[in-house]
Amino acid sequence: MKMDMSKYLDVFLEESKEHLESLNEQLLELEKNSKDVSSLNEIFRAAHTLKGMSSTMGFNDLADLTHHMEDVLADLKEGLLEANSYVIDVLFHCFDRLQLMIDNIAVGKSDEMDNSDLLNILKNIKMGNYEYAAMAEPKASEAPVADVSDLFNLNEYDMTILKEAASRDFTIYYIKVELDPGCLMKAVRAFMVFKTLEEDGEIIKTSPPSQDIDEGKFETSFELFLITRLTEDAIAHRLNEISEIKSITVEPLDLNSLNISDNRPKVEATHNEENHNNDDTGKKVHKMKQTVRVDIERLDNLMNLVGELVMHKGRLEQIGSNQKIADLHETIEQIDRISTDLQSVVMKVRMVPIEQVFNRFPRMVRDLAKDLQKEVDFIIEGKETELDRTVIDEIGDPLVHLLRNALDHGVELPQERTKKGKDPVGTVILRARHEGNNVFIEVEDDGEGIETDKVLAKAVEKGFINAKQAEQMNKEDVINLLFSSGFSTSSTVTDVSGRGVGLDVVKNKIESLNGEINVESRTGQGTRFRIKLPLTLAIIQALMVAVGDEIYAIPLSSVDETTMITGADIKMVQNQEVIMLRGNILPLFRLAAILEVPKQSDIGDEMYVVVVRRGDQQIGLVVDALIGQQEIVIKSLGKLLNGIPGIAGAIVAGDGNVRLILDITTLN
Amino acid sequence: MNNTAELDYEDEEEIQVVAFQLGKEEYAVDILNVQEINRLLNITRIPRADKNIEGVVNLRGNIIPVINLHSKFNLESAGEEDDKRIIVFQFDDVRAGIIVDEVSEVLRISSKDIEAATYQSMDATLLKGIAKVGERLLILLDLQKILGLEAV
Repeated sequence: MKMDMSKYLDVFLEESKEHLESLNEQLLELEKNSKDVSSLNEIFRAAHTLKGMSSTMGFNDLADLTHHMEDVLADLKEGLLEANSYVIDVLFHCFDRLQLMIDNIAVGKSDEMDNSDLLNILKNIKMGNYEYAAMAEPKASEAPVADVSDLFNLNEYDMTILKEAASRDFTIYYIKVELDPGCLMKAVRAFMVFKTLEEDGEIIKTSPPSQDIDEGKFETSFELFLITRLTEDAIAHRLNEISEIKSITVEPLDLNSLNISDNRPKVEATHNEENHNNDDTGKKVHKMKQTVRVDIERLDNLMNLVGELVMHKGRLEQIGSNQKIADLHETIEQIDRISTDLQSVVMKVRMVPIEQVFNRFPRMVRDLAKDLQKEVDFIIEGKETELDRTVIDEIGDPLVHLLRNALDHGVELPQERTKKGKDPVGTVILRARHEGNNVFIEVEDDGEGIETDKVLAKAVEKGFINAKQAEQMNKEDVINLLFSSGFSTSSTVTDVSGRGVGLDVVKNKIESLNGEINVESRTGQGTRFRIKLPLTLAIIQALMVAVGDEIYAIPLSSVDETTMITGADIKMVQNQEVIMLRGNILPLFRLAAILEVPKQSDIGDEMYVVVVRRGDQQIGLVVDALIGQQEIVIKSLGKLLNGIPGIAGAIVAGDGNVRLILDITTLN
Repeated sequence: MNNTAELDYEDEEEIQVVAFQLGKEEYAVDILNVQEINRLLNITRIPRADKNIEGVVNLRGNIIPVINLHSKFNLESAGEEDDKRIIVFQFDDVRAGIIVDEVSEVLRISSKDIEAATYQSMDATLLKGIAKVGERLLILLDLQKILGLEAV
């Protein structure tokens, strides 16, 4: 059975991850607004699907926990329970447990886990027993297992039927059917049971509800009430003829022992229907778009192929311009158009909304704020902003770090905020937006801002700078100190930040993505970290330059301008060549020397200088010739050649030769 | 190779190797690792890389590092420029090439003809052994070690 399911495991894991994400997200919404019916419906739907999926996959502990969660959710939905902070906390705990189990499954372990603690709490909540549950020792909830009528949610209407039946000499039986655990088509077996029983009787009520049974949404057993004139033995005998049934319990029922569960006034049937409707509307909202899941590797392959196509198109263009054949020229133009379209489509396919990363943050921020006893309003803007998949995968950790920072070091404790005359609830904004070929992501808080004095003191103490240097630094320089490795201003090491990884790690990561990060901070008013990222890492604009016999690509994103100088423009400052460019002094580096180009051409007195940005500094690179701007498909040099300073990757040029891309940040 | 004695009639293992010239010496690599043999392509030098890295080539859109064994083993390049080839091999997700002066042939050698390389003058850790084929001596390279890809 498990073997058969294994091929669905990936799908299961993927989808359950999504459902959990959605659960977390919606529960947060619900926490903000306990009257939010749509969130509740969404939670219910997600939990329900999760339950169905896990029981189909045979993850019983997982299904069991979800099932009990669903019970509580159903009560919330019916308005029988209030979504107070206690219930919500419990649900969050449940989600975490589910996550844990799913993670276990993902690494090939089973989902088996003792969830009795949570199950008991859930049961208690279900019984309306919060305070009791709040203090619940796991064993404390040896509370009476709900009696039969509770299990079935019998209402007055059901009771009337039962009484009526009893008065007409019908017997009411409680029947429990347990199917063989290996039974493949549970729904079919259940249907056969129903059919057999209904030949000579009427099924009043089932648990789980008959609709779930029809859809196979039960574990191995189900229970029902039957009104019939048959004897116990006759019923058992008939049922025994159905195969794959493990055991049958048939008990006549004493009507007086049944209680109407008066706190559940709704008729089960309508209740069911309601669920169903909600399900449908939920689906309509969320499943409007048809999607296909594609392994990212295949997309990478596709991207490679398109890159290749673009390259060969380039060659074809060269041939075309040499041959001057009108037909050929026309065709090449067509191919050009198509390949450009193709390229942009493939690029788009690789783009995913940053939502994927942002979605896990609200939960994290909430938990963190609770831990730190801070009150925070967390606002996400622009989560629909799209980014290349490769960037998305990398950007999560740096953002986690910045958010932790904002909460831990930025936003103050409520009482402090009140003292300062601020709203006790702090605000943290996570914002993403497009601008040209870049995406900006900002993490902003309205906390105390960066205290430059503290930073300076710390920097001196740690020996990054000496006291004299400290005096000369302006505010910006000071803030940049935060990015030096091994720096943390938090005087106490908290659990949240200050784990020894500092902002330098964030900065390195961002720079490895060809991005930039900067900080703005106003004392007492807040801090804003702004990350600038390229839309994609796969295709960039580059300036092609010649150095000796070799050709290199410089990412256009780091090029400020190009200029031509003569030998007389070069001045020396402490053995370093520099030039003046509109009043700025730029250090000058000769690429031929840096790259140890073997055949250095004699470049005469005039030379081209490419002015590039390295961090916040400008430098000039002397090259022999500027070839032009080109769109390039970046390829990695592979494992063997990784990490050569100054080289960011390679491209295959139009003539089939490999050209290297310079990495300005590590070039020296 | 230390079990040579136990290998008698039927358990004799045979491996197929690609034999090639490097300078005046004859080398061989296990054919199972060889992906293809190419004519010399345009090699792009990589500044500041290890001196044994000749550069990278474009193999149908894939960028493949090429290793210069001549410089690694201190051998003079010999033979016609036209005979030179790049042997491309693959280990898991790593592909790389080596430049050889001439590919001689593909042949089978039986494991009993392979001797461990223990001569002091050789960098024995990079070799799998030396095979005797008639009068010829084939030096069997351990490409994984040469690439620094120790099997984990």
